[in-house]
Amino acid sequence: MTDTIERRVDTVVDELLATHPPATTSDQELWGAQYDLGVAWVWHPEGFGGLGLPRKYQNQVNRRLTDAGASVLNRYQNLLGVGMGAGVLAAHGTDDQKRRWLRPMFTMEDMWCQMFSEPGAGSDVAGLATSAVRDGEEWVVNGQKAWTTLAHVAKWGLLIARTDPSAVKHEGLTYFVIDMNSEGVDVRPLYQITGEAEFNEVFFNDARVPDENRIDAVGAGWRVALTTLMNERVAIGGNTVPRGSGRISEAIDIWRESGEDDPVLRDELVHLWAEVEAARLTAIRANEMADAGIPGPEGSTGKLAWASHNKEIASFILDMMGLDGTLYPGGYELVRPTSFDQRTPQASFLRTRANSIEGGTSEIMLNILAERVLGLPSEPRTDKGLPWNEVPRG
Amino acid sequence: MAEVTYAPTEDLDLIRSTTRQFLEEKADLGVVRRVMMTDDGHDRGLWSGFSEMGWTGLLVPEDYGGAGLGYLELSVVLDEMGRLVTPGPFFASAVVATTAMIELGSSDQQERWLPAMASGEKVATLGVFEKARDWGLEHLRTSAVEEAGVWKLSGTKRYVLDGHVADLLFVVAKVGDGLGVFVVEADSPGLTVSQVPVLDPTRRQAVVELDNVVAAARLQGGSSGLARVLRLGSVALACEQVGGAQRVLESTVAYARTRHQFGRPIGSFQAVKHRCAEMLMKVEHAKSVAYHAARVTDDLDELDIASPLAASVSSEAYLWAAGESIQIHGGIGFTWEHEAHLYLKRAKSASLLLGDPRFHRSLLAEALSL
Repeated sequence: MTDTIERRVDTVVDELLATHPPATTSDQELWGAQYDLGVAWVWHPEGFGGLGLPRKYQNQVNRRLTDAGASVLNRYQNLLGVGMGAGVLAAHGTDDQKRRWLRPMFTMEDMWCQMFSEPGAGSDVAGLATSAVRDGEEWVVNGQKAWTTLAHVAKWGLLIARTDPSAVKHEGLTYFVIDMNSEGVDVRPLYQITGEAEFNEVFFNDARVPDENRIDAVGAGWRVALTTLMNERVAIGGNTVPRGSGRISEAIDIWRESGEDDPVLRDELVHLWAEVEAARLTAIRANEMADAGIPGPEGSTGKLAWASHNKEIASFILDMMGLDGTLYPGGYELVRPTSFDQRTPQASFLRTRANSIEGGTSEIMLNILAERVLGLPSEPRTDKGLPWNEVPRG
Repeated sequence: MAEVTYAPTEDLDLIRSTTRQFLEEKADLGVVRRVMMTDDGHDRGLWSGFSEMGWTGLLVPEDYGGAGLGYLELSVVLDEMGRLVTPGPFFASAVVATTAMIELGSSDQQERWLPAMASGEKVATLGVFEKARDWGLEHLRTSAVEEAGVWKLSGTKRYVLDGHVADLLFVVAKVGDGLGVFVVEADSPGLTVSQVPVLDPTRRQAVVELDNVVAAARLQGGSSGLARVLRLGSVALACEQVGGAQRVLESTVAYARTRHQFGRPIGSFQAVKHRCAEMLMKVEHAKSVAYHAARVTDDLDELDIASPLAASVSSEAYLWAAGESIQIHGGIGFTWEHEAHLYLKRAKSASLLLGDPRFHRSLLAEALSL
């Protein structure tokens, strides 16, 4: 059975590579053909970039394409679309919406962003205040979003807005796709502690969204949003990588280059290496157990471990650098980062502070582990059952 | 690096369920408390039960009356024993000393001693350490001298696990600039074995004094063979630690769910639930490194990494979990009556027995050329 599917996937990839040799085909053209042949997201239905197969076969496709020299960068460069938005559209969109948005998303003709967080709604994102008020066949949006990746280049934005302030907070939300070039949408860079602006603030001032851009029912926004949030957490920290790769390899390189011999530093370095390796083996174990049909708690710890290790290692690297750790080569410049360039260790030290905040704070992740995996009771909530507009905010 | 597969097989599941059933019936915490208060901490009835279950001969080749199984199977039995802080000389005899004989014994020596060790008739132990923090064996003083084809040993071995109940002592001694491992029968003239009080009363120790004691045999191999035995012992200990840590997690979470203060379960307070979640994470990490190590014991290069990795991570995880467990239990967790202290004592002791986490990290640094 499995072999048959593998062969079928191989045949499709063979056809794609034969008709669109990566060496002579533009990325965009190749991605279009990949979508049309159903190997963009193999688990999507046929006609929407998929073949209705189990999700794991996408790895086979990506591996083969990479081996053949084809680019799979759209998965990263248009992450909010290809990695997250596509899942939302596939699960909750109408066929018209899928037809309209999925293909240009995959080919990167249209970039996407996701607008959930707000200055007043971080961990408690369901408490968000951006409003959408119905006006005939359109919705009028007002409010402010924060920490929006790629909003400045995005054509489309995934937006959750409050459509019923008198409902309980989770129930008054609706999910939209908004044209980021609309009148009344203002995107401004949000400069972070490194001086870079990876993210944006987005201001809505009577911006209009046609009702046909609404995803799923009015009031179903939270349920739709959970699809993206879950995908986001799987996307961070869940992958398995070679031993000693990633940030710990930077620490080891710096240790070796420095010729340092301090036993205390060495112990700390090996300590970090061991913790990272334990987390890496845990990710492997989680995948193997899931494949064997025995999913366990080991799969839920990846993001937490990744965040704390990243922070500890980045800080330790500056310790190894000693007084050089007090320098900041290049200085602080308020800029848009141009690419995923290698940051200096000092900039990495700063950037990693966000790792335990973005994509779910570590405190929220610990709540989830404790409540969903260990079955501990949730904290009593003062906002439970209250209409959103009666919940204290600030 | 060897292929790692974590998914348990039917055989391993069966070993786990029969082990758990036996221990819960015959060696629950009530039994553990009784045995730990006895003079020698060794219950012969329980020991013969272990023998009937085939555990004392688990690692021993079938030719010598054992089950001929490996560390993977052993890891499951130890995991279960760790859950219930099983008392007695199982780790000393059926794990460490048996591993030493299998790794270092000639076929004649194995034929002579392994059958009695496999059946449980003879308890054996490895006497290796002398100075408190000399896990690297750089300052051993016990020495062996050959006289007319006979090896004679003199010196003092300390921290010898279950030495007071051992019939056979495998003694590490200096031979010139190198090391040798010698078999000493417990009734040899010139041998004095004295039990000493220990932090973890479920795992006893003795001081072994040797005054020109005639060895029954010298095992093969020197420092590197011995190092391998200790690497393997550390893997076994890590698997036992993981079982204890998992049990600590379960009992702590169960308590946090039911104990009420301020009108609600204490596990609903984030100060408590976050610690439980961190405990889960550390225990899962410890399982990953210990299970990994138990699966690569035949791969010498990988074992040099996997063993100290497992030892350092599991030791820290278990000790942290056992300590936090007492904190979350509050006053009741500090009582003699409650089980929490059994695990704290086992955790702290185990984290020192074959090297503290820093020592294991120094081995890891060496293996990684750092």
